[in-house]
Amino acid sequence: MSIILDKVNYIYSPGTSHQVQALKDINLEIKDGQFIGVIGHTGSGKSTLIQHFNGLVKATSGTIYFNGEDIYAKDFDLKELRTRVGLVFQYPEHQLFETTIFDDVCFGPKNQGLSKEKAGLRAFEALRSVGLSEEVYYHSPFELSGGQKRRVAIAGVLAMKPEVLILDEPTAGLDPAGRDEILQLLRELHRERGITVILVSHSMEDVADYVERIIVMNQGSIMLDDIPREIFLHYRDLEAVGLAAPQVTYLMHELRERGLAVDVGATTLAQAKDTILKVFVR
Amino acid sequence: MLRDITLGQYYPANSVIHRLDPRVKLLGTLLFIVSLFSLKGITALAVATVFLVTVIKLSKVPFRFMVKGLRAIVILMLITAFFNLFLTPGEPLVSFWKFKITAPGIRNAVLMAIRLTYLILGTSIMTLTTTPNQLTAGLEKALRPLGKIGVPVHAISMMMSIALRFIPILIEETDKIMKAQMARGADFESGSLIRKVKSMVPLLVPLFVAAFRRADDLAMAMEARCYHGGEGRTQLKPLRYQGRDRLAYLILLAYLAGIFLCRHFLPWPQV
Repeated sequence: MSIILDKVNYIYSPGTSHQVQALKDINLEIKDGQFIGVIGHTGSGKSTLIQHFNGLVKATSGTIYFNGEDIYAKDFDLKELRTRVGLVFQYPEHQLFETTIFDDVCFGPKNQGLSKEKAGLRAFEALRSVGLSEEVYYHSPFELSGGQKRRVAIAGVLAMKPEVLILDEPTAGLDPAGRDEILQLLRELHRERGITVILVSHSMEDVADYVERIIVMNQGSIMLDDIPREIFLHYRDLEAVGLAAPQVTYLMHELRERGLAVDVGATTLAQAKDTILKVFVR
Repeated sequence: MLRDITLGQYYPANSVIHRLDPRVKLLGTLLFIVSLFSLKGITALAVATVFLVTVIKLSKVPFRFMVKGLRAIVILMLITAFFNLFLTPGEPLVSFWKFKITAPGIRNAVLMAIRLTYLILGTSIMTLTTTPNQLTAGLEKALRPLGKIGVPVHAISMMMSIALRFIPILIEETDKIMKAQMARGADFESGSLIRKVKSMVPLLVPLFVAAFRRADDLAMAMEARCYHGGEGRTQLKPLRYQGRDRLAYLILLAYLAGIFLCRHFLPWPQV
């Protein structure tokens, strides 16, 4: 089970003066159960890329396979694909519309053709798993705070029981506590349910601690695709395209320059602590 | 899909039409529409066609860009053509049941279709070559005399420019909302009419909420920069007629004279 992109190109407004090539020759395989970070500065094509994964955007050229099936084939059910590859957009305001949070989360399962009762059960489960307290279930989604709205939006997609969960900038506009809560929630979903999680962000800091693979996008192409440790060794290249490595990476390089034999590949605080301690204990 | 709407969209290019004073284009468009509906005879139609084609060529806007705007009025055109075709009195050429097709009916139907097409093309040329800001600045200046009799010209033009400015934003927002709901399995295309109308609710609610939020933000941002209406307000780029604008007025006048002369001396065929 996987998503494979084969030589995918995408051009916005072809044939006009607004023409922009958003994706250039993308080859990619997303394996089951991975936790992936897609990184790139604004306009690097990362949002366009993820909209290909569930067929919302049709590639100008190239093929996409979901579990070995061509998603652009005539008899392929795109609607079903969208329920199996759940996509949560950046702004929850773009999808919340019902009078209560509970009804809103039911929207997805109902579109899948589930009965009212089954959809309700799914909604309860999803709302519980994103950690919303029961007293707000019947409030209007418009009364919530930014972080809570995002949880409802995630629940709205989770309720469809997707195998792949893609989130576009899920931490944008949240305070540090809200950010950590959302990322923690994603980690739990990934570990406990084994679903593939793809996290889009422009912040390395966000993803460094959580993901097992990072795809760096630049000007519509994949610039790097590797495990975090390897990616951050290229921190000079990342800076050149307007991105930055986590602060831990900078600290490790600084320490190395001053003569400490630390491991410059440490990406998280815990790893940094270990390697620094090792130097001193020896 | 929603990017296809051309009405109210600016097409950036460097052409003489783009550089014309917006007042010339506004008056020109208005007079062109009047000429379309007052012209008589095939010669006048040819004059209007030459005029329109020349302006389109000069504007450097790709023709197919304008044709997209026509798609929106196909239904209207069919209905108009239908009524003209069947309800024009005269000697019937073909008749069946209660319907009869007459020669003037066919003529009217064709002429009406041509008029509507030219009307859309003419107005698209104006909106494609003029930024919304220029357009409202031109409108405000042209209508300024009405302010003396109590018409809130500045307020009207400000509302217009905001409305025009928001069309692309709301289109983009609609696109995003549609995608967000489609990602949750929403279906906007298939089903009966009632189902289709119902399926619009998940689209319209977030759109309205977003529109109100944007309106609030905009009002706040304008107040924060001390906006207080049109009284004593000056412009960054005040409109002044140039040589080419005077020339354009002359050409316009010549065009109208041509249409007028055709109407009186070559009104063939009579329609």
